[in-house]
Amino acid sequence: MKEIILCKYGEIALKGLNKSSFESMMTKSVKRRLKSCGQFSVSKAQSTLYVEPLNDDSDVDMAVEKLSKIFGIVKLCRCCVLEKDMDEILTKSLDYIEDEMETARTFKVDAKRSDKKFPFKSPEICIEMGGKILERFPHLKVDVHDPDVVVTVEIRETNAYVHAGSIEGAGGIPVGSSGKAMLLLSGGIDSPVAGYMMAKRGAIISAIHFEAPPYTSDRAKMKVEKLAKIITAYCGDINFFCVPFTEIQELLRDNCPEELFTILMRRLMMEIAQRICEKEDIQALVTGESLGQVASQTMYAMVCTDAACRMPVFRPCVGMDKSEIVEIARKIDTFDTSILPYEDCCTVFTPKHPKTRPNLADVEAAQNAFDWEPYIQKAIEGTKPYLIRNA
Amino acid sequence: MIYLDNAATTKPCDEAKAAVMKGLEVFGNPSSLHRAGLDAELLVSDAREIIADALGVTPDEVYFTSGATESNNTAIFGAYKAHGKRKKRVVISSVEHPAVKNPAQELEDMGCEVIRISPDENGEINARDIFAAVNEDTFLVSCMLVNNENGYILPVEKAFSMIKKKYPQVITHCDCVQGFMKIPVKAKKLNADMISLSGHKIYAPKGIGALYVKKGIHIPPFMLGGGQEKGFRSGTESVPLICGFGAAVKKLAPNVSANFEKAADIQAYLIEKCNENGDVFVNSRKGGSPYVTSIAVNGLKSEVLLHYLEKREIYVSSGSACSKGKKSSVLKEFRYPEQSLDSTIRISCSIDTTKADIDALMEGIKSAQNDLCKVR
Repeated sequence: MKEIILCKYGEIALKGLNKSSFESMMTKSVKRRLKSCGQFSVSKAQSTLYVEPLNDDSDVDMAVEKLSKIFGIVKLCRCCVLEKDMDEILTKSLDYIEDEMETARTFKVDAKRSDKKFPFKSPEICIEMGGKILERFPHLKVDVHDPDVVVTVEIRETNAYVHAGSIEGAGGIPVGSSGKAMLLLSGGIDSPVAGYMMAKRGAIISAIHFEAPPYTSDRAKMKVEKLAKIITAYCGDINFFCVPFTEIQELLRDNCPEELFTILMRRLMMEIAQRICEKEDIQALVTGESLGQVASQTMYAMVCTDAACRMPVFRPCVGMDKSEIVEIARKIDTFDTSILPYEDCCTVFTPKHPKTRPNLADVEAAQNAFDWEPYIQKAIEGTKPYLIRNA
Repeated sequence: MIYLDNAATTKPCDEAKAAVMKGLEVFGNPSSLHRAGLDAELLVSDAREIIADALGVTPDEVYFTSGATESNNTAIFGAYKAHGKRKKRVVISSVEHPAVKNPAQELEDMGCEVIRISPDENGEINARDIFAAVNEDTFLVSCMLVNNENGYILPVEKAFSMIKKKYPQVITHCDCVQGFMKIPVKAKKLNADMISLSGHKIYAPKGIGALYVKKGIHIPPFMLGGGQEKGFRSGTESVPLICGFGAAVKKLAPNVSANFEKAADIQAYLIEKCNENGDVFVNSRKGGSPYVTSIAVNGLKSEVLLHYLEKREIYVSSGSACSKGKKSSVLKEFRYPEQSLDSTIRISCSIDTTKADIDALMEGIKSAQNDLCKVR
């Protein structure tokens, strides 16, 4: 039987005249992600993307999984495609939903008739279909309040579609609809989550990582690349900037008050990130900071960091508890990689007693006591960008 | 040599041999922090990625083991350790390989209730029968994908799909040793939580296998020690064998369908030739794996025929190699007639088997029929 995946839009269905630009962005990511699943046709109608396997080699399971990670889609339904003929719907669809019905105890039928020319009204479709199901699967009972399975019959423009359950989509709005942002990716749990959250709101994500060999290892860098790779499933391809940061860290250690080390390091990271953003036409920075989590993430510290910034710094995790962040990290599959035990640039030379309430004037004075400019430029020159592709 | 015992083991392919050599040269311990260790780790993770891709899963769901027997034992005893205190029932098919059958027997001896689903009077195993045997007290269902003795394909996809819909907490395990890289196998399509794989059945070396464990399925490790494979399978990774396994899968994965067609063609030819010889009966049913064909030569004992063919450097197997001459209980389960059990041989092809090989085999059988009938 012909099978199709219906991808239902979320809030972009409500957009006005620019709706089509959102749709085309989504269609583009859908087509790109489906490449590795075989041949599919993608078309749109009635606030729905129709994804249809073109031959037996098309991997529908894999396609559903990939589609469930594309922002802009709230719901996915795997349905059988039928002629808009009541007899055909009543007979053929039962084979398609057989497995679900065999294993359920209760069910209800839901009918959606967007083609009002179809001769049966929705309640009539429900009654007919319910009757047929009970006839074929006599062990079932109808429960309209809390059924095990909801059988949905959709009468749309060209065809009728029947399915027995939908899959939750990623929600959000299509990547590309909200500008470009640079994610500061450390290798911890929070920053990949922050990147995922901004991509969910349509940002195209680039990532910047600061490495400090020999204090940090090849494995640490590979871990960060892997994290970036994992979130490409949601964000799409990521432009990755790896900044050589050892020299600046050593200079910081030798030339600044120990308790301000982290805050100054962050200010310098922000400076380098911004300059790369300006070159790459990226409009904002994204960090995984959560208010009060560590010394550099107190409100005072954030004031000092942001004072060094000329562009908005988005912190989508700022109001979240660690446990909430971990929950998302598990959901997007970055957690297990994030907790691999390698040193990263933020954990080398950490002061014993970092200032939790730094004073901006002190911080600026400490920073101005040394000429960082040549080292910032050198770090930027040494940065080699490369693309991390969504597999 | 005409080697028609590929379900027992295969000849390693050149790609696998080269990869093994590379794995021997990059000799670092993948767990070492230095570059030599990292280089070895990278080889391991490349192979892991290839195998994960082929199964349609993520690399961190694939664990290397010493072979499918270890994978099966890990899966079955792991499921027991995780859930066997609260639940008692295990469902398997009655035609499993001993590496599943015997661990299940052990669980039964330890107090579990093991339900074994047999083929019906037509020799078919029904998905509904497997599903019907599962209840709230069930913690594990283990079902092979392709039977090693006759190539029969079990309705794993349908059975697991039904089971998962009604009992999502039941762990589903599939021994895919004779299916992986021979017929299309995707973990999601199979609805399997765990899948056992073997290297040496697909032109990789012996001593290497893998177990796929779906994310979210938590079973304790079978081997304890230094915490390799994320603590799931301790013991320093066998980098050379893992490389060989990866290389073989890399070679086969894009060609599963094409090789299948080729094997089906060879099998059709074999069956045609068997039918032409009035005394050769084909046990295997239509719709099975084209790589494994079970036949019975009327009046000739399997082992006698096997050794007769061996003299002509034609290698086949009686039943399966693992049962070493014991009468096959599996074939009995499939309801083959008693007299054909004694005279069954298994012809298992590789991607390199040709029609000329089949001709030689049939020639050999014919002269055996002439020479050996006296000792019937």
